This record gives sequence, structure tokens and C-alpha cells, in this order.
Amino acid sequence: MSLTTLLVLADGRLPAGGHAHSGGLEAAVSSGRVRGMADLDGFLQGRLATAGVVTASFAAAACADPQRWRDLDAGLDARTPSPALRKASRAQGRALMRAGRILWPVPALDRPAAQRIAPHHPVVLGAVAHGAGLVPRDAAVAAAYGTLTGPATAGVRLLGLDPFGAHALLAGLAGACDRIADEAAARAGDPVDTLPAAGAPLLDIGAEQHATWEVRLFAS
Amino acid sequence: MRATARVVAEANGRGGTRLTVLRGESPLLLRRTGPDGGAGLTVHLVGGAAGPLRGDDLSLRIEVDPAARLDIRSVAASLALPGPPGRPASRLRIEARVAAGATLRWLPEPLIAAAGCDHRAVTVVEAEAGATVVWRDDLVCGRHGEPCGQVRTDVLVRYAGATLYRHELAVGADAPGWSGPAVLGSSGTGGAYGSVLLAGPPVTATAAPAGPAASPAHGTAVIMDLAGPGRLATAVGADIRAVRAALDPLCERLGEPPEPQRDQAMATA
Repeated sequence: MSLTTLLVLADGRLPAGGHAHSGGLEAAVSSGRVRGMADLDGFLQGRLATAGVVTASFAAAACADPQRWRDLDAGLDARTPSPALRKASRAQGRALMRAGRILWPVPALDRPAAQRIAPHHPVVLGAVAHGAGLVPRDAAVAAAYGTLTGPATAGVRLLGLDPFGAHALLAGLAGACDRIADEAAARAGDPVDTLPAAGAPLLDIGAEQHATWEVRLFAS
Repeated sequence: MRATARVVAEANGRGGTRLTVLRGESPLLLRRTGPDGGAGLTVHLVGGAAGPLRGDDLSLRIEVDPAARLDIRSVAASLALPGPPGRPASRLRIEARVAAGATLRWLPEPLIAAAGCDHRAVTVVEAEAGATVVWRDDLVCGRHGEPCGQVRTDVLVRYAGATLYRHELAVGADAPGWSGPAVLGSSGTGGAYGSVLLAGPPVTATAAPAGPAASPAHGTAVIMDLAGPGRLATAVGADIRAVRAALDPLCERLGEPPEPQRDQAMATA
């Protein structure tokens, strides 16, 4: 693997649309559930233990075998009851697919079916990581970390939180991201039904409420 | 304590349902309740002992044959308790098979995660195309004023040969952020979560509209169209009353045989 290649893939400045999504934080702020740094900390911990674990697992599985993308995509559909979150995930998948296929060869996503469906973001992330010559653990760590950076920076924009403090939360969760990535890589070949499925009810509820707003800063 | 229970329902050939197997052992005891002669039958789980406690290993198998209709309820909430120290987590595994044209409604009372409990619930539902499934699960995070014990739930629902819904939820000290604003909210102790899954043709034809549901006092709820043939209503509240206020009305309506008046009631609800 190339560490620099992983940094390119995980960089928030990769033009793949990630900046448009708050990972559910905008809805949590609006509902009054996140008001300050301590709430953001709890939000990030819960998001990492649920969406982060699922995203990392599916990214690792797709990186291990990109030909499984259809089954993995269906597995994420079954794990994402919220239509708004399915839509957001496919939008981010489409944006990353566009960027990733320009940067690296990603044969699994060249198929017309993949182009038409626009697989969920974790599946695209894994397939692109494979194309970039990365290994499942790399894909998983980029995925787990990527579920945190959106809401952490959104907290700064939405609540005016101290940006150093918000990034300190990310630094504090680095060990947890590493452990999640280890586990995701170890289970990358598991059948789809047995892969992690940790749900976060308030992320689902918040996403559905958020999708009805006429004016919002973030797409999800 | 190890216990298994099994219930098998089949059509009786006269538009009704009969039970061909109804077998259980303490603490998983099943009792046939309700009137004869209707299209469907009701079976209640009656607690035969305290628990589940650590070390318990319980298994329930439900089979609903073509055109049969079965409701399963419970007479009281189940209370997951610590039990003897050093024992493994208590386990409850529920497997259900629902045939084409059959209806299964699982509508139990809540599970309460008492302080110090360690409980794991695994649910596997396999429904054929044309089956109707209503699957309700409510969870209360601790009794009044006590910290929540550890509960992990793991649900797999397959419909017409494909996975329709797969969901895990972990609460308690080992689950990071579970009582935070991404998962169940800061109302940790005494907070409640409930969901009702509706799978099958009547659901898409007659269910309440999807979208944010009328949020009950001290809670929030939503009805979501799944990617496959089904819907999920989810509610989170400061207590179980908020969850019930959101989900009970849905459960009363869904999975009933289609009737014009009922459809009208749902359309205007």
C-alpha cells in the first residue's frame, strides 16, 4: 500500500462532494439534541459505533472483492431504513465514483449497471480503494474516519464551535477508528447478512425530518 | 435455564386458523388466547419465571403456514436481569417462517433492560413472497431511576428470498454513544425505543403515509419506506409512553384483512 494514496482518498478536499453532508448533525442541532462540544462528542461516538462500523465493514468488504458490489449494495439497502439516508449515500457514492475513476482504474465500477445504480458510498469507497492499490484495512479506516469529519466540521459551521476543540475530538477517536478498521478488515470476506448492522434510530429520524426542510445548509 | 418453544399455525380449510403445535417450557410458555372462529388466532407468551437472567438460553420458533393468520403477544413486559455473576449473557433467539398468503403479527410487550443485565436477542424472520409480517419490538432502557443494563438486539428479516431489513442495536455501558444524540438521545435512563416493521403487500397498499410521524410528547417518530417491500416505523422517547403513543395506533391498523372502512380510516389518519 501507499500511505500517500490513502491520504489522497481520505482527504476531505478530494472533490467528491463530502463537504455537502453533515452526517446528520444539522438535524441534531436543529432538534436541540446537539448544543455544544460535549453533545458533539457524544454524537461522534454514537455515529462511529453505528454508521462508522457499518461503513467501515462494507468498504473493507468491497475493497477485498469489488465484484461483490451488488450484494454489498443490497446489504446496505437493508441496513438503511431511511430513504433520505439511502439517497444521500447514493449521491455521495456517485460523486466518489466520478472522482475515483479519474484518479485510478476501477474496473468493477466500469459496468453500465454500476454507472446506472450508483452504489452506496461505502461500496464505491471500497472499490475505489481497491483500484488505488489499497488494502481492506485502508478502505475501512478511510470510511470510519470519513463518517466523523463531516459532522465535526459541520459542528464548527452550525454552532460556531471552536475548530481546535472539534478536531481534538477527532484525534481522540483515532484509536477507536483503528480498532474498527482492524475488525472490518478481519471480517471483510463474511457473508453480507452477517456483516455489522448497527443502527442509530435518531440518525434515521433526524434524516427523515431534515429531508422535509425547504432551507438547509447541508444535503444530509 | 435453557428452554425452547414452538408454535405452528395452519389454515383450517374453513377460512380460519388452527394450531398444530403449541409447545413451550418455563420461562417460555405459550397459551392460546382469544376467541375461536375468527380468521386468525392469538397466542400469548406467559412468563413462567423471572428473567431472562444471565446464563439463560431461550429459543422460540414460529411457523405460519399458507393462508393462516397468527398474532403473538405477551402478557407482561420481559425484564432482563443480571442473574448470577460470571454467567454468559442471556440469549433469546426467535426464528419465524411465514408462508405465502399467511400473516404473522408479533406484538409483544416491551423488553426492559434492568441495571446489570447482559442480554442478547437474535431475531430471524423468513417470509415468502405474498406473506404479511408485522414485527414490533420495544426496549426500555432501565427501570425507573436506575442505569440501563446491556442489551444487544440483532434482527434479520428476509422477504421473498432477499434481505429486507437488517438491524442491530446495542445499549448499555459497552455501547459507545448509545445514549448520545446520534443513537437514542440523552434521556438514557428510562428512555425507550420502539420499532414496528411491516412487510408484504397490504403494507404498501394501505399503510399510513411515510415521513415524519406526528411526534408524541417527549418523543419523536418516523415512518420510512424500506428499499424492499416494507415499511419501518421507529420511535424514540424519554419513556415508553412516548413510544407507545407513536407505534400503538399503527399496530392496530396494520396487517388486518383489507376492509373498505378500514382503508378509509387509514387514509385520513
